[in-house]
Amino acid sequence: MHRFALHRIRENTRYERRMAAELVTIETDVLVVGSGAAGMYAAIEAARRGAAVLLADRSLIGRGGATVMAQMTVAAALGEETPDDWRHHYDDTIAAGRGLCDEALARLLCEEASDCIRELDRWGVGWARKDGHITATQAPGHDRPRCVYVDFINTGPAVSKTLRAEIARHHKSICKAGDLCVVDLIVGDGEASGAVAWHLSSGAPVMVAAQATVLATGGLTRLFARNSASANMGGDGYALALRAGAPLIDMEFVQFFPIGHLAPRLIGMDPIMWDPFRYKLGGRLRNGRMEEFTAAYGSDEDGKYVLTRDLATYAILKEVAAGRGSPHGGAYLSFAHCSRQALRAAFGPVIDRLAANAIDLTRMPVEVAPIAHYHMGGVKADARMATEVPGLFVAGEVVGGANGANRLSGNAITEALVFGRRAGASAAERVKHRAPPRHRMRPQDGAAALDLVRRDGFTRDRRKNTAAMIARLQAIMTDDVGPLRTGRGLAHAMTQIEALGDELGERPPGRAANFDLQRLEWFDLRNMLVVARAIVQCALNRTESRGAHQREDFSTTRPEWQVHQTVRGRDGRLQTSGAPHAAATVIAS
Amino acid sequence: MTAAKQIATLKIQRGGVGEAARFERFEVPFEPGQSVLDGLRWLRAAADPTLAIRFSCINANACKECMIQLDGETVYACTARLEPREMTLTPLPNKKLLRDLVTEIASPSERFK
Ligand SMILES: Cc1cc2nc3c(=O)[nH]c(=O)nc-3n(C[C@H](O)[C@H](O)[C@H](O)COP(=O)(O)OP(=O)(O)OC[C@H]3O[C@@H](n4cnc5c(N)ncnc54)[C@H](O)[C@@H]3O)c2cc1C
Ligand code: FES
Repeated sequence: MHRFALHRIRENTRYERRMAAELVTIETDVLVVGSGAAGMYAAIEAARRGAAVLLADRSLIGRGGATVMAQMTVAAALGEETPDDWRHHYDDTIAAGRGLCDEALARLLCEEASDCIRELDRWGVGWARKDGHITATQAPGHDRPRCVYVDFINTGPAVSKTLRAEIARHHKSICKAGDLCVVDLIVGDGEASGAVAWHLSSGAPVMVAAQATVLATGGLTRLFARNSASANMGGDGYALALRAGAPLIDMEFVQFFPIGHLAPRLIGMDPIMWDPFRYKLGGRLRNGRMEEFTAAYGSDEDGKYVLTRDLATYAILKEVAAGRGSPHGGAYLSFAHCSRQALRAAFGPVIDRLAANAIDLTRMPVEVAPIAHYHMGGVKADARMATEVPGLFVAGEVVGGANGANRLSGNAITEALVFGRRAGASAAERVKHRAPPRHRMRPQDGAAALDLVRRDGFTRDRRKNTAAMIARLQAIMTDDVGPLRTGRGLAHAMTQIEALGDELGERPPGRAANFDLQRLEWFDLRNMLVVARAIVQCALNRTESRGAHQREDFSTTRPEWQVHQTVRGRDGRLQTSGAPHAAATVIAS
Repeated sequence: MTAAKQIATLKIQRGGVGEAARFERFEVPFEPGQSVLDGLRWLRAAADPTLAIRFSCINANACKECMIQLDGETVYACTARLEPREMTLTPLPNKKLLRDLVTEIASPSERFK
């Protein structure tokens, strides 16, 4: 039961000068933006606490982000495989974060993980079991087997499906809205009061009035050329938060997954695919001369999967730089020591998919190289998942800080579940305690964003190749803002990103009509360029190396840099602060 | 033994709501190990960014958003192999057309109405 049924008003406002599709206005208690694990859990939690929820996603519900793509593990100190305690998980998380974890967020993540895992179990997710208990595997950086999974690389799809089914049970209070892309958050009188969105399939501009908003838009790895990202992971949430006045932290820390698939080309498999193989079968990393090399970088693997992501990424790229890479510029990963039976027992259907791509692991190694995979940085939040803007909450990968300078395997889905549940509770709490009037949207609120959504493009802009511009941005980021950075490269990247910004212009191409992908890409670039600048500026400022941020010109970790940098959007400019002995940097936005 | 560059010709149905459907032909350089979606993404960046397609996960075959018809059969664009021949791509016939190869595929309860 909920107090506020969703309703909508079709109306004419004074912004409808060049109107294409009709404006749709909606009121809800809680707006959740993004339907990955974080957004869906937030919606469920807000609904069970009595709030009416609008769950919006720019893609289809539960399918557009990283959650449905995740293949393997979720970390939680269940203690079923071996005795465990959340404090051990916490210690490992803090150690992996290289001194930069936000302790309150890391604690929340580890302390509530088991609860969420067990709730998903009750909802029928199907965690792999052995001898009647939920089984767990040991991932690099964890001190014991702690990572649960759904077998045959089905973890993400199973989590997503389970949450979708649970959402369906709350159909009276959760209204699902696929193809609804949020373009800007609305802030009036210093409080988040809703959002301006664009309904992609009809082209209609949409205003959502909400008493609380949960941003659960996922990560930003689409900014890089080689990535494990979906098309919806261009970092919208970071840009939305910045423009709404909520600061970001730790934006320089992008996690690269060291062994993304490189060659031979294959279809129907995500480049992250070798991770589960490493968990179950170890595998051997070799350089172009077929020598094992990780020992030279401080960790002798000896056929086991123990190397953390930051170290493995560093080792592979250094081998390539020294001329010892594999033919396509990565390293070899070999499972030739495994028998056909062992491979089939561990990966049955996946072995068939490999065979369809002419890959026989008993006879050949594959080539792997680092790909952009996850973002440690993000929107600054407290342990209630509240941002600095009242009424704006965040959840999942879009949150910064819990994982510091390097994330442990398995912590990302856990973070999405735990933070999602917490954000949903906080949002519902706000709704409950709010004095009337419940909705405080003023006519001028969101006007600029609405105008952008509706504005007709110039005919000549139909020739603007937004897809190629995105590819150029991805190349810039990969060339100069990847795992190994220099001041010179970063400055070069900044100049090129700014030039792309000039090229983008002030007005999207096309019209607010059905599924105009070129126009959507213009809005994507509008966000991607801001987020790219935030990453580059923080990376430039940080004159040391730590975790996922490695500066070739400042190769040591420096104690004075055990600090978070903060990025704010002020008067159309980005401003960074927190760097030791340095004045804040202001760059044009 | 490098053969002459091979080409995949994509014959694609274009047009949006209320427009007459038309076919356009595009040539895409062929390399083994590419999907039809790879070809479509290549041609948007190289030739025509106004071509509309729906996809999210690109490689993982997890989102199930990229359903289209290839030579009259329903396929996932990301798992159908690109081949060095003419391939006819059309939107799903039993779903409402939105633009080019994009149709309304969400279940009614998950749509914004
Ligand atoms: C291939 C892959 C494998 C992974 N494997 C693992 C693993 O084994 N274990 C682990 O712990 N982690 C893994 N991760 C990381 C983990 O999956 C993610 O960090 C986590 O799922 C993020 O959840 P989320 O809910 O925050 O975001 P997502 O699941 O990414 O969902 C975000 C949603 O927001 C939507 N959205 C974005 N912008 C807008 C907008 N402007 N308007 C409306 N909607 C918007 C997107 O369409 C998307 O549906 C993996 C990631 C990838 C990419
Ligand atoms: S793009 Fe996701 S299934 Fe094809």
